[in-house]
Amino acid sequence: MKLTIDGKQITARQGQTVLQAALANGIDIPNLCYDPRLVPSGSCRLCLVEIEGQRGLQPACVFEARDGLVVKTDTDEIREIRKTILELLFQEHKARCTVCDENGRCSLQNYAYEYQLSEESLGQALGAEIVDNYTTGNLALQYDPNKCIRCGRCVRICDEVQMAHALTFKNRAAETEVTTAFDLPLNESTCVLCGQCISTCPTGALYDRSAKGQGQAKDLVRTRTTCVYCGVGCQIDLNVNPKKNKIVRVTSEVGCIPNDGNLCVKGRFGMDFVGHPERLTTPLIKRNGRLQEATWNEAIGLIAENLSKIKSESGPDSIAGLSSAKCTNEDNYVFQKFIRAGIGTNNVDHCARLCHASTVAGLARAFGSGAMTNSIDEFKNARCIFVIGSNTPEAHPVIALGVREAVVRNDAELIVADPREIELVRYAKFHLQQQPGTDVALINAMMNVILEENLYDKEFIEQRTEGFEEIVDAIKEMTPEKAEKITTVSAEAIRQAARIYAKADAASIVFSMGITQHTTGTDNVLSLANLAMLTGNVGKQCAGVNPLRGQNNVQGACDLGALPNVYPGYQSVEDADIHAKFEKAWNAKLSAKTGLTVVEMFHAIEDGSVRALYLMGENPALSDPNLNRTRKALEKVEFLIAQDVFLSESAQYADVVLPAFSFAEKEGTFTNTERRIQRVRKAVNPPGQSRDDWRIVCEIATAMGIPMQYENASEIMDEIASVSPLYGGIAYDRIESVGLQWPCLDRDHPGTKYLHKGEFKRGKGKFHPVRFREPAEAPSDEFPMILSTGRQLYQYHTGTLSRKSPAIDQKSPTGYVEIHFKDAKEYGIEDGDSVEVSTTRGKVTTKASVGTQVAKGWLFMPFHFAEGPANMLTNDALDPIAKIPEFKVCAAKIRAAQVG
Amino acid sequence: MQSTTQTSLDKGPALKICESMGQITSDSLIPILQQIQDAYGYLPAEILSEVSKQTGLQASHMYGVATFYEQFHLEPRGRHTIKCCRGTACHVRGGRDIISALERELEVEEGQTTEDMRFTFETVACLGTCFLAPVIMINNDYYGNVKAGKIKAILDRYE
Repeated sequence: MKLTIDGKQITARQGQTVLQAALANGIDIPNLCYDPRLVPSGSCRLCLVEIEGQRGLQPACVFEARDGLVVKTDTDEIREIRKTILELLFQEHKARCTVCDENGRCSLQNYAYEYQLSEESLGQALGAEIVDNYTTGNLALQYDPNKCIRCGRCVRICDEVQMAHALTFKNRAAETEVTTAFDLPLNESTCVLCGQCISTCPTGALYDRSAKGQGQAKDLVRTRTTCVYCGVGCQIDLNVNPKKNKIVRVTSEVGCIPNDGNLCVKGRFGMDFVGHPERLTTPLIKRNGRLQEATWNEAIGLIAENLSKIKSESGPDSIAGLSSAKCTNEDNYVFQKFIRAGIGTNNVDHCARLCHASTVAGLARAFGSGAMTNSIDEFKNARCIFVIGSNTPEAHPVIALGVREAVVRNDAELIVADPREIELVRYAKFHLQQQPGTDVALINAMMNVILEENLYDKEFIEQRTEGFEEIVDAIKEMTPEKAEKITTVSAEAIRQAARIYAKADAASIVFSMGITQHTTGTDNVLSLANLAMLTGNVGKQCAGVNPLRGQNNVQGACDLGALPNVYPGYQSVEDADIHAKFEKAWNAKLSAKTGLTVVEMFHAIEDGSVRALYLMGENPALSDPNLNRTRKALEKVEFLIAQDVFLSESAQYADVVLPAFSFAEKEGTFTNTERRIQRVRKAVNPPGQSRDDWRIVCEIATAMGIPMQYENASEIMDEIASVSPLYGGIAYDRIESVGLQWPCLDRDHPGTKYLHKGEFKRGKGKFHPVRFREPAEAPSDEFPMILSTGRQLYQYHTGTLSRKSPAIDQKSPTGYVEIHFKDAKEYGIEDGDSVEVSTTRGKVTTKASVGTQVAKGWLFMPFHFAEGPANMLTNDALDPIAKIPEFKVCAAKIRAAQVG
Repeated sequence: MQSTTQTSLDKGPALKICESMGQITSDSLIPILQQIQDAYGYLPAEILSEVSKQTGLQASHMYGVATFYEQFHLEPRGRHTIKCCRGTACHVRGGRDIISALERELEVEEGQTTEDMRFTFETVACLGTCFLAPVIMINNDYYGNVKAGKIKAILDRYE
């Protein structure tokens, strides 16, 4: 539709307001209470405009655009009114810009200038201390009521977008203030420290506590990069004070892909590690049992000498390397190339083995491609979302926003299958609280219902898939009643959930570690693939099978071949043609034998077949299962190289430690969970003598007589594009502003929003018959409880990065074990008590968190905390196909810890 | 910060009220708050947290509404509520002296509750009975043409 604004003809979309139409066409209408993420409230009245045929002035933010409207936004009358409104606002805004951190980026300040308010009208600064309020003492953020103009954006974003409902207005008229329920301190309220309130505040009333006095907005240099925490791949702007070489705060632009300006606690408040005093600044070499500072020449020389010696004595397969899902695509590519072409072995793997190896194996078998089939922005329009084994709000907080939006705003139906009562359960139609390790029974029973009740998509099965007949028996066996006995979920709930999923126009499956970290991980994934194909929910918008990847670049590290069985782009090392192609491309003799996986490497160290291990950014001494065994292997291995940003638990075992850049100091790319390749950019100068990861690898290779050299990261990406068709069209100039989603085959390819449209990657989707198998370890008389491990919102993995943040530490200071209140009573344990949890592999002491998060008989521990390492307890039994360990189920016991 | 030092309150009445509300919508919020206040005499934070758990209504929304309306009280109330008029008619007929006398007698200021929880003392803009000025109201009883010297005798009628 067409309308005229200020004499200019513009086109607007259906559903746009006059304000949105104007802004989209480059016509600026002043506004203070508007944020495109929020339902317009029309409260600040600054966007009043004149609309022909309307009585009085109308607020543009709530007036729907219509065909033929004639709008004036800037008449003398309007300017006069806006000026008055601003003058009134300044009666409440009692502060001076000169000492405000927001100076230079403050909407109120900008309008005051634009409308030339008089000095008198700017009000008197109180100059008083901020009165105590809900943020007093909070290390993440602070609220200054003196600067607050009561626009309500913080309250609304907390309600409408984050749905944490922590904030409210209290009192009325001149007494109105923002606060929490009962004025509780922020960290005791329902706040999740996402900081969205800061992001939407149009003045300096809400700000990062740690940014106070560290540089005004006008002096900060913003660098767009990709967040280093989880796989969502939020686009963040690091706001750096160049005089101090310091990240002062993190912002994100509304409208950016994939996060639309939204961030979580880690992205917003978790960057303290970058400039942390404990960062490694020089290489270290172990001499007489102690790590001592060394020069780069010494360190590289020692590494080259040892690797060459071990290689010539015991062959290339006696060396193994762990690449990193934290590092860039370019780092990973160079690292695996060094191991394969330089050393001559396929012994390269990384922590994806511990998270989504079963996804990659399972989905590759079923569909031909082991990645998230659909895109993040499709969740909000799904009709049904089936979340199984994913604690989305804690592990992928920004994706959870889309899931909640689908349910709350767009009436989608949500089914949550999780042994724990996770936050999403609140929004779910059904919570299927299956016993840990019984997912196959649950999913098969859902398919049983879909078959019995004739709800399956015959046309899709016939045209797009193969092997359907082979799964029918396995499914017919698992009736909902039988599944009830195994899973503890009622047959009726299984039936209803199955119906909702099968009948939805577009049903999306979301899963994560709860599905993959089992000895039946690959089976679990295959079952989900079966379920989606059975109902025709693959290759379709807003549907699909969506594994949420954990690490910021775990997708990329897999894509770039940091796996023992494939070259970059999932090209098998055992395929003769591909093998030949890479020997030619890399000009080297390559091994045709699949290499060792993570856990196998540690077992190979035990038996002496692996003598040297090169760790790039991995921390197996905390992340791997059965830590006692892993740590013994780290001690035993003859030559250990650790390349990291900190002296991690693993680096302490190393013979040589190499200081590397953090993500904020380097150029490169990360690939997020929706297969989007996004830029990483340098924002600050690196500490000490640290170096870029890929440069270090190249230097080691060169010192070993295998020259590897690149000018910059962009050149590495060009080489990646030349050897991996998935990334064939990726080049830095194409992903400058928005990343591209693979497959992106050539320079003209637009990237791929969702996979398997029209045809599966492997041709036809393949059904695999899967039958329920018990977990490797069952509860016994001695170890009667089932223990699961996982993540929580505030920390990240082994805590090397997130635990450096004081704001996060204040909210999440230490580990705990969740226990049902009935069990707690039985064992005489109270909330907060010190308890000892043990399995056959080890024991740890931690704090009890008593409640209803886990069901009776089950325990849950986050694995981030070195002082109570959950992985002392976990089982290193492996999935036979994907070799992923069973982090999610082991038999355990708990008791009150001995005092003293 | 609100004082929440009391020992745990009986959640029974609150649970009953939540149950009686049937389907909860945002429109249920004010009726629930009114009934909770009737049952407990005020709106205790711990009870509202329980109501939030039971109904899915957000504690922050309850707090916003409860602080917006004069009718809701977040602090424990005295057994009897005194409302002293400070409207124009009462003012010119010595209303201020009545306020001072009450403050002296009760040893509290406007808006506060006596330590023995006997009285909560409030002032209001007008009680609508200007012909009786100066006026005070205790619970539902009106007292007109009040004199400072009579205050103690009036208060003595309330235990």
